[in-house]
Amino acid sequence: MPIPCSRQCGKKAILKRPKTGHALCKECFFYAFESEIHNTITQGKLFKPGDKVAIGASGGKDSTVLAYVLKTLNERYQYGIDLFLLSIDEGITGYRDDSLKTVQQNKDDYGLPLKILSYKELYGWTMDEIVAEIGKKNNCTFCGVFRRQALDRGAAFLGVDCIATGHNADDIAETVLMNILRGDIARLQRCTSIITAGADCIRRCKPLKYAYEKEIVMYAYFKQLVYFSTECVFAPNAYRGHARTYLKDLERIRPSSILDIIHSGETLQVKEGIKLPERRNCSRCGFVSSQEICKACIMLEGLNRGLPKLGIGKSTKVKRALESIAKDKCNDKCNGKCKDNERIEEKDLEF
Amino acid sequence: MSIESNGISVIIELGGGAELLFDKRKKHSVNLPGNDWTIQKLLFWMKDNLLKERPELFMQDDTVRPGILVLVNDTDWELLGEGNYKINSGDTIMFISTLHGG
Ligand SMILES: [Zn+2]
Ligand SMILES: [Zn+2]
Ligand SMILES: [Zn+2]
Repeated sequence: MPIPCSRQCGKKAILKRPKTGHALCKECFFYAFESEIHNTITQGKLFKPGDKVAIGASGGKDSTVLAYVLKTLNERYQYGIDLFLLSIDEGITGYRDDSLKTVQQNKDDYGLPLKILSYKELYGWTMDEIVAEIGKKNNCTFCGVFRRQALDRGAAFLGVDCIATGHNADDIAETVLMNILRGDIARLQRCTSIITAGADCIRRCKPLKYAYEKEIVMYAYFKQLVYFSTECVFAPNAYRGHARTYLKDLERIRPSSILDIIHSGETLQVKEGIKLPERRNCSRCGFVSSQEICKACIMLEGLNRGLPKLGIGKSTKVKRALESIAKDKCNDKCNGKCKDNERIEEKDLEF
Repeated sequence: MSIESNGISVIIELGGGAELLFDKRKKHSVNLPGNDWTIQKLLFWMKDNLLKERPELFMQDDTVRPGILVLVNDTDWELLGEGNYKINSGDTIMFISTLHGG
């Protein structure tokens, strides 16, 4: 027995919305999904007319749906923004080859310009080269730290006003949980912000902040959007994996859990007098960092000095190494790029 | 078209990375013996007959792992009774993982 659409449009429902429990037909679902993202954008004041907006494009489901929806909404509601796709090529053999092909296809399908920047261009090293130095065990630490800065570095390079990323409601709820589990109060405070930015920095925004993963995947499926799905070739973080599983289990029992956790994160307040780590700028590259020298610079320094474990080792060791790095001038491997980088926040995509 | 107890034929489709557990094949046309099939029964059958690796990434307890979406003839199984849905011959059952890559 087909179930009728809750909007009483007369069509057959194809999906049960996790947010509301409504049964919607394809057209009503598309409209509801797009309208909610539009509301997120207008209420959060994510864009201004004339903004040059880079969509952080990985070829995965979230950024593919984000690109398609932003393009659609920009036309429908005349945001007047200049959209393009920005991809990072980590230089992992076989991993990005396929996903970059997918981004190429997004570019053709949606008529959006595409810019691909490589780790080699941004850092002087490819992930394959890093793996050759460090082995497979720790390279997710590297790819996480480098990836977090890569979009900002790339965006600065391209003179962008705003970076839009595909973080969805499930991702943000997971991050809230992770930050609670780790007692990372500073990140807990920041991680639910829909826009993160510093005074003269590039804004980062998350238009899919309230969009459920289930709906993103269903939207891609019914719109027949092509995306690339694979596991990271390097082992994912086991701790985060547990948080993800826990969240998905909760969601099954009570779908509103996702939004409830985000709400908790948004409304939690830190008691006055609690000391939060100071945020300052890396003395090397100028990105915001909680340390004198940011993690990416420490890791790069380690690689360049043939001490690849530097960034992941014990903190006392790192401290000693840091002191010695701080005394040095920029070494030749960075070609002075460090100094040319505009000041940008090291953004909180919270790992 | 009821040919008694000759079984039913269904098309199983996999996407979003779920195919990685099934020999990377996205489409499987299968014949199931008898005609008393629910999706729950099909899940166990798939686990025994089609699944190539890491069953814990496909099933949890007696249902799919949370994060895998199921559609029957392009309709969300949550509208159809989930595991209790009684499969008809000619149905297309799609499994899409939401858990692979972002
Ligand atoms: Zn409808
Ligand atoms: Zn990784
Ligand atoms: Zn730095």
